[in-house]
Amino acid sequence: MSLLEIRNLHATVEGKEILKGINLTVNEGEIHAIMGPNGSGKSTLANVLAGRDLYQVTEGEVIYKGKNLLEMSPEERAREGIFLAFQYPVEIPGVSNMYFLKTALNEKRKHHGLPELDAADFLKLVRDKMKIVDIDQNLLNRPVNEGFSGGEKKRNEIFQMAVLEPTLAILDETDSGLDIDALKAVAEGVNRLRRDDNAFIVVTHYQRLLNYIVPDYVHVLYKGQIVKSDGRELAFELEEKGYDWLK
Amino acid sequence: MSDEKKQLEELTSQEYKYGFVTDIEADELPLGLNEDIIRAISRKKNEPEFLTEWRLKAYRHWLKMEEPHWAKVKYPPIDYQAIRYYSAPKNQPKYNSLDEVDPKLLETYEKLGIPLEEQKVLAGVAVDAVFDSVSVATTFKEKLSELGIIFCSMSEAIREHPDLVRKYLGSVVPPTDNFFAALNSAVFSDGSFVYIPKGVRCPMELSTYFRINAAQTGQFERTLIVADEGAYVSYLEGCTAPMRDENQLHAAVVELVALKDAEIKYSTVQNWYPGDEEGRGGIYNFVTKRGICYDNAKISWTQVETGSAITWKYPSVILKGDNSIGEFYSVALTNNRQQADTGTKMIHLGKNTRSTIVSKGISAGKSDNSYRGLVKVGKNATNARNYSQCDSLLIGDKCGAHTFPYIDVQNTTAQVEHEATTSKIGEDQIFYLNQRGISTEDAVSMIVNGYCREVFRELPMEFAVEAQNLLSLSLEGSVG
Repeated sequence: MSLLEIRNLHATVEGKEILKGINLTVNEGEIHAIMGPNGSGKSTLANVLAGRDLYQVTEGEVIYKGKNLLEMSPEERAREGIFLAFQYPVEIPGVSNMYFLKTALNEKRKHHGLPELDAADFLKLVRDKMKIVDIDQNLLNRPVNEGFSGGEKKRNEIFQMAVLEPTLAILDETDSGLDIDALKAVAEGVNRLRRDDNAFIVVTHYQRLLNYIVPDYVHVLYKGQIVKSDGRELAFELEEKGYDWLK
Repeated sequence: MSDEKKQLEELTSQEYKYGFVTDIEADELPLGLNEDIIRAISRKKNEPEFLTEWRLKAYRHWLKMEEPHWAKVKYPPIDYQAIRYYSAPKNQPKYNSLDEVDPKLLETYEKLGIPLEEQKVLAGVAVDAVFDSVSVATTFKEKLSELGIIFCSMSEAIREHPDLVRKYLGSVVPPTDNFFAALNSAVFSDGSFVYIPKGVRCPMELSTYFRINAAQTGQFERTLIVADEGAYVSYLEGCTAPMRDENQLHAAVVELVALKDAEIKYSTVQNWYPGDEEGRGGIYNFVTKRGICYDNAKISWTQVETGSAITWKYPSVILKGDNSIGEFYSVALTNNRQQADTGTKMIHLGKNTRSTIVSKGISAGKSDNSYRGLVKVGKNATNARNYSQCDSLLIGDKCGAHTFPYIDVQNTTAQVEHEATTSKIGEDQIFYLNQRGISTEDAVSMIVNGYCREVFRELPMEFAVEAQNLLSLSLEGSVG
């Protein structure tokens, strides 16, 4: 059984149809890249999978771990292992990053019938994860994303991913606005978190992130549909030719 | 939603019905107000002549005053002749054990983290004699009296320490100060009295004792705290648990006197009955709180206001002495039809006086929340400094937030800064937390608590935790 099965997915924003029949299968252990020009529906797909209610699903189905994903609330999806690394992570003033992350992790643990971690155990876990994702200790003690630079916000997303250990991680244009060092750090984090029993959907406009995160499949999204799917080579081809030849 | 949550939501978003069952035998005077009533109150309390006269003077002045209506609050006219101004509670426990108390009420206490013995007092359960005689309160009192600290009810202070009362009562809030203060001066029932002698640092938060006794305070409370030269005290007023009271009008007066080099920290959590969803039956809270600082003294007000149908309250500091400091940290949350008009006054008279104002208003439901503050710098207040920060947070689109800052500077060396922000809890913030596995309700309470952090960190530790829980409880059902 595949981890995620998207069948004929249609979705609208404010009455306007953005996704027009997406089909996609993701198995454990795979990395899928979703590429496409601006406005093709890449971010919409990421947000629909995470359950954002700005978007209405009008047709189709999404099966995740054998369950109907579309019936689950955003927090249930998260607890079931879906993680969205946001394109624009929001600031939550006054709420410490550590407190936020501990709450999030414990929500997930409770959901799976595991005991909640206390402060000491959580700190230990955080120290371990800091070996995987390079992040400044100070950022963890500061309020969530408040005053973080663009690169720090994205690193923080990947750090959260490391702590929450998702089964399906969706990276929504995580590379946008990053300099090459931050890009490498983010990619390295993803590569270290990659396992046989999880999967990644990497949404990106540019091929450059895929130099560091090597996808198994590349899909081109255009006007709300996947118009072409292939192996990694497709990304290079897109880099060279742009998107026009697919229209 | 889980059953537990559902129950709590019912409890918090519907009505504090448990707060309102009072069945006490009372020794009471007839309804209405006149000079005979005031004399009778004074007589019943065995007060000295000077105080009877003081009350009468206040009453005569009150008769000439008009109820103020400049605040941004609306309520039907109050009939002052329909109120009973004296009713001595004979505190009879309603229940023999906590098992008899409504489990939902206990659940709320539990969620607020209130200790068991205090739960009993609050719920009206008989506290067993053994506990009472060795109670924390009794132990506290002994320890305090060793240091010469006086901490007792106002009635007791009037009997036992008339000179101190005579010297300081009305010295900060004169009986003629305003309509509600005049009314309070005429008819005040009881309250607390604190005196910290010269150079003594009160070794404990004056809290638990007060809280246990808070259930009996009346609607016209009068509190006086005097910190003598070089003394320090931290005082905690109020209670996070829903309070029961059948009196709709509350007009309290609190006076703080910080003599040379003294410091008073006064923290309040107010959670009076806010009325039902339409605002019916809630408490009208018209409070006058003011402190005076002499040379190098400091007064700090911290308040968390979540209750009452109407809040009209401006804890103020008169910075009379040179180098004195005034602070005001406030969180005021309104939900449903609640109305709050609250803020502070910082009156700079001495040289090098400093004041800080941090106000965090949160409006949800159909409520109205106003900050009203005055910063006044007198002509002799050389080098006075003030920093004010007034933030408003809106939840939903049917509530209102307003800021009315008044600045009056008569000395050119003064520096007065004012910052104000208004924000809405963003859907994107909630979704961000949802996406990390946190429910919408928990997300809102996390965002709100983060927003209030600057104020909460001024509260004593245990109180801060309770205040956070209280905020979450008060917001339940306000979103989605």
